[in-house]
Amino acid sequence: MIKNSAAEMAESLASGATTSVALTQAHLDQISKVDGKVHAFLHVDSQGALEQAAQVDAARSRGEKLGPLAGVPLALKDVLVQKGVPTTCGSKILEGWRPPYDATVVTNLKNAGVVILGKTNMDEFAMGSSTENSAYGPTHNPWDLTRIPGGSGGGSAAALAAFEAPLAIGTDTGGSIRQPAAVTGTVGVKPTYGGVSRYGLVAFSSSLDQAGPCARTVLDTALLHEVIAGFDPRDSTSINAPVPQVVAAAKNGDVKAMKIGVVKELNGDGYQAGVRQRFEESLELLAKAGAEIVEVSAPNFEYALAAYYLIAPSECSSNLARFDAMRYGIRVGDSDGASAESVMNLTREVGFGREVKRRILLGTYALSSGYYDAYYGSAQKVRTLITQDFNNAFEKCDVMVSPTCPTTAFKIGEKANDPLAMYLNDIATIPVNMAGIGGMSLPCGVAPEDGLPVGFQIMSPVMQDQRMYSVGAALEAALLSQWGAPLLSQAPSLGGAA
Amino acid sequence: MSSLSRDDVANLARLARIEMSDQELDNLTSEFGVILNAVARVQEVATTDVPATSHPLALTNIFRKDLVIPSLTPEEALSGAPASEEQRFRVPQILGEEA
Repeated sequence: MIKNSAAEMAESLASGATTSVALTQAHLDQISKVDGKVHAFLHVDSQGALEQAAQVDAARSRGEKLGPLAGVPLALKDVLVQKGVPTTCGSKILEGWRPPYDATVVTNLKNAGVVILGKTNMDEFAMGSSTENSAYGPTHNPWDLTRIPGGSGGGSAAALAAFEAPLAIGTDTGGSIRQPAAVTGTVGVKPTYGGVSRYGLVAFSSSLDQAGPCARTVLDTALLHEVIAGFDPRDSTSINAPVPQVVAAAKNGDVKAMKIGVVKELNGDGYQAGVRQRFEESLELLAKAGAEIVEVSAPNFEYALAAYYLIAPSECSSNLARFDAMRYGIRVGDSDGASAESVMNLTREVGFGREVKRRILLGTYALSSGYYDAYYGSAQKVRTLITQDFNNAFEKCDVMVSPTCPTTAFKIGEKANDPLAMYLNDIATIPVNMAGIGGMSLPCGVAPEDGLPVGFQIMSPVMQDQRMYSVGAALEAALLSQWGAPLLSQAPSLGGAA
Repeated sequence: MSSLSRDDVANLARLARIEMSDQELDNLTSEFGVILNAVARVQEVATTDVPATSHPLALTNIFRKDLVIPSLTPEEALSGAPASEEQRFRVPQILGEEA
């Protein structure tokens, strides 16, 4: 049962073949069986999930009209607040904190009857590409437990790949939904910036952060997308427009007459041979499905990584100033006569990990008087150039595509002491965040040299998210008919339920 | 331009209100040299004729009606406070001198 898609689970619930309580319990059982190895969850809310499931079952038996995902369980990234449930953002500084309110994404999930199983592991405050920066220990990739599950949303992606949940929520500032999806053989979408409310999403880099849906199929991802998306007056950057028709696009999967632009600069040197091979094969499948493949150029993408590592740290140095040991979170050194400043200094020393400190200081520098124009100001100009590259390219194509990441999952610890090597993971995902457009990663096979999943990235213009779902669904269908079974059936067994 | 001394890094840590050990300052000083060289590449294309983008959306101020709506109770607002007293956040001494 737990290996089905969310759409199949929803069908079983609607037909009465199973109940949400039984489905939720099956996933809680899987979590207790495998999460000791995977460590996808920071907190499992068994009681809350079963209560929510029972409510959905009761509503269904009363004949109430329910949403398409009502009663289906979900794993929530620990960067979104859920009332009364511990929220840490993977940081010591928030250890033990129970938020007094729900994020809008959480409210939308609850209103749709989606059952929240618990909170998933992540790089501290979403800063990282491997989930190794969590203060609570790394998450392990279900394909190979010695490897990283991507980051920052490694917990959410690993939970999907380990069949601990059929649906998950991630957040994507520079690739934190798409890169974990790529390296775990799952699907993840970063919606158009402003498409999903950021209210209750603990801010890292406000102009880049976007919550989005994660699942094992394109249709499941679309169903979840429509549950969480939409205008929210509580987020001043929320787009007041109808949600793109992503479910219809995912069901249709029609790419005939669509122009697919292959980004010249996001391929070649630095990309693993097996990644390139699977990417090229996927292009052929899309051409067979009726799409026209064209090459597009984005010459300024090569500066995206540099600009990102100025903009994101700058915004983070400002956003994380709120962790001051005064209103919530831990407080260290509050002895008689200690000053507020000394308490802040000591709390932030103990509460923040290495990468977070590194980025706060880098951002503090980039924003400081005398260096602002050279660093932060220049990065903002690069942001304009990247957006122009996208605009020019989208005149020649409907969507743009590339490999999601240059490589498959690397070993835990392999890049932990080399920040620049770690940052290179995001080279193909960052441009999307800089321009605020939509991006999807879906699995396109395993690399022949290491047997690990490869991600295919699809990028669509602002509020045209349905286009990436059309292309994703077409590619998924073509690959599935080749493979005969979902890619995850090739992953090793973790000893959980079948 | 893109190199920082250990004292510079210590000053940044002070500005950012993060206590740092000597070891941490040493590590960050060497890492910053590498990172700043990499990110300084933005200056190659950031010419004066390129406008800056601070945000992906064209933002305008949004106002709502000045209405009273339900919000957190004092108990809820204080529920995560490290210390509180009489419905207020209790904070350490803020001014340098004793009261």
